[in-house]
Amino acid sequence: MLARARHFLLTLLLAAAAPATAQTLERQVTHFPEKLEIGISTDEISITSDFRGADLTIFGAIDGFDANLLTQGKYNIIVTLEGPKDNATVRKKERVFGIWVNTQSMTFELVPEAYSLSSTRDIATIAPPRDIANMGIGVDHMRLVPLGFFGDGSNLGEFRNAFRRIREQNGVYQRDPGGVQFISSSLFKASVRLPANVPNGVHIVRAYLFRDGLFVAAKALPLRVIKTGLEQAITRAAHERPVIYGLFAVTLAVITGWGASLLFRKD
Amino acid sequence: MTVYLPIAELSVNIFIILGMGAAVGFLSGMFGVGGGFLITPLLIFYNIPPVVAVATGANQVVASSISGAITHFRRGTIDVKLGTVLLGGGLVGASVGVWLFSILRRMGQLDLTISLLYVVLLGSVGGLMLWESIGAMRKAAKNLPTALRRPGQHIWIHGLPMKMRFKKSKIYLSVIPVAALGFFIGMLTSIMGVGGGFIMVPAMIYLLRIPTSVVVGTSLFQIVFVSAYTVIVQASTNYTVDIVLAFVLMIAGVIGAQYGVRVGQRLRGEQLRALLALLVLAVGIRLAVELVIPPEDIYSVVSAGFGY
Repeated sequence: MLARARHFLLTLLLAAAAPATAQTLERQVTHFPEKLEIGISTDEISITSDFRGADLTIFGAIDGFDANLLTQGKYNIIVTLEGPKDNATVRKKERVFGIWVNTQSMTFELVPEAYSLSSTRDIATIAPPRDIANMGIGVDHMRLVPLGFFGDGSNLGEFRNAFRRIREQNGVYQRDPGGVQFISSSLFKASVRLPANVPNGVHIVRAYLFRDGLFVAAKALPLRVIKTGLEQAITRAAHERPVIYGLFAVTLAVITGWGASLLFRKD
Repeated sequence: MTVYLPIAELSVNIFIILGMGAAVGFLSGMFGVGGGFLITPLLIFYNIPPVVAVATGANQVVASSISGAITHFRRGTIDVKLGTVLLGGGLVGASVGVWLFSILRRMGQLDLTISLLYVVLLGSVGGLMLWESIGAMRKAAKNLPTALRRPGQHIWIHGLPMKMRFKKSKIYLSVIPVAALGFFIGMLTSIMGVGGGFIMVPAMIYLLRIPTSVVVGTSLFQIVFVSAYTVIVQASTNYTVDIVLAFVLMIAGVIGAQYGVRVGQRLRGEQLRALLALLVLAVGIRLAVELVIPPEDIYSVVSAGFGY
């Protein structure tokens, strides 16, 4: 629970830090007249027992756009949804005496537990790959820093690739290079899919505006994902009152076992 | 119909879980075993994280053992003094087991350890039972008297110090092997999610020479308390007891057990043991195969928030 709380705080801090970086970037490029405004269809998603994922719609507008550039399709938008961060360990199995055993592992520090990206087109064609990489946009440019890492780093790449591949296979990391559409001249709509196994916590929606390959502006908004109802009550009890939860589990077993023997007794 | 398991953090088909619980309950009623050694591997086969399967399996063991323990208590076939010594060892063993469980989990070797322990234990117990029951069946076919091993032969265990008189069992025995047996079973309970009756009962009969009349009741007495204790400790250290999963399993299990008992009464002892042996071996082999064949993906990712 402590770890959860810590990560929650960290997420908040990072959320606060993100617009700051955007602002510094904005300051460098103050000669751009364009401004970006965004809004989301909901700022809270609840996970109920029949939750099978949800679609989040993000609306946005470009203010002070250049009509000429707009008609030429020079404006591009990338929208990301980044989940709460936590450490993640990648383990690799090897055959030892005929049995498959986890032999090597690498822990990446505070990586998002979910990440979805939507854009007007393939992000590699929106801006020079180096700029995209510097801004850390996209799964391929996510910061994957090994924790307490020692060794020659020769296997770093293989562990990073495995991490990205598995998270994409699980559906918690996804991309949609056509998910952002202009609905009128300067209004756009982005849809981001939240998978059924979306983690709880504060997610950050970020939108980036590019003009002819140059970064112009960014905006961020928080999105809370919370478990509700019975699931929430059980998870909370298990983590906050573990002894009482355990006693309750045992009591339930005693009542069930005893009750059945009374119910089916023949004598 | 799917049900979301809040601790395992995944959705499962409720009918599959009910079916599993009923099938294992049926078999446990039929063979007179707790069923923990079947439920935990089955849950693992169904992709429930092993950490959750083990802790939840222990909870299921409480439900399936309690009615038997109460029946034996009413009939007076529990040696409470002997059971308490076993229990003392068992509680220490379960505590050590949970501690080892957490360490192995952090090291990423828990799943492997659970599988290996199951393969070794199920393989040896199943093999021995099969050998013994086939021998008994062949003798029965030839109309030879089945040579039951006579209690009374003394082995080194009976020369140990700290002897204590257990009135109900009518034996005079050192507490060391009794507590050690309890300790070992307690460790298995917390690491494997089994009650351990299938090891404790033969060990009590053949190694400790405890009269058969009190063996089953006394072992159930220890199992109920040790597995209840394990559930509470697992819940408070590893947060891995899934109450929704446990409840669905228990309900189906206790009902299945009632029908299993009726079928079991119609089968002959050695046939029953041979069938159980085959079942135990099959589960063991299935787990062994999984360890040997190349995995689909040699990499795996675990999140620190819920590291299984």
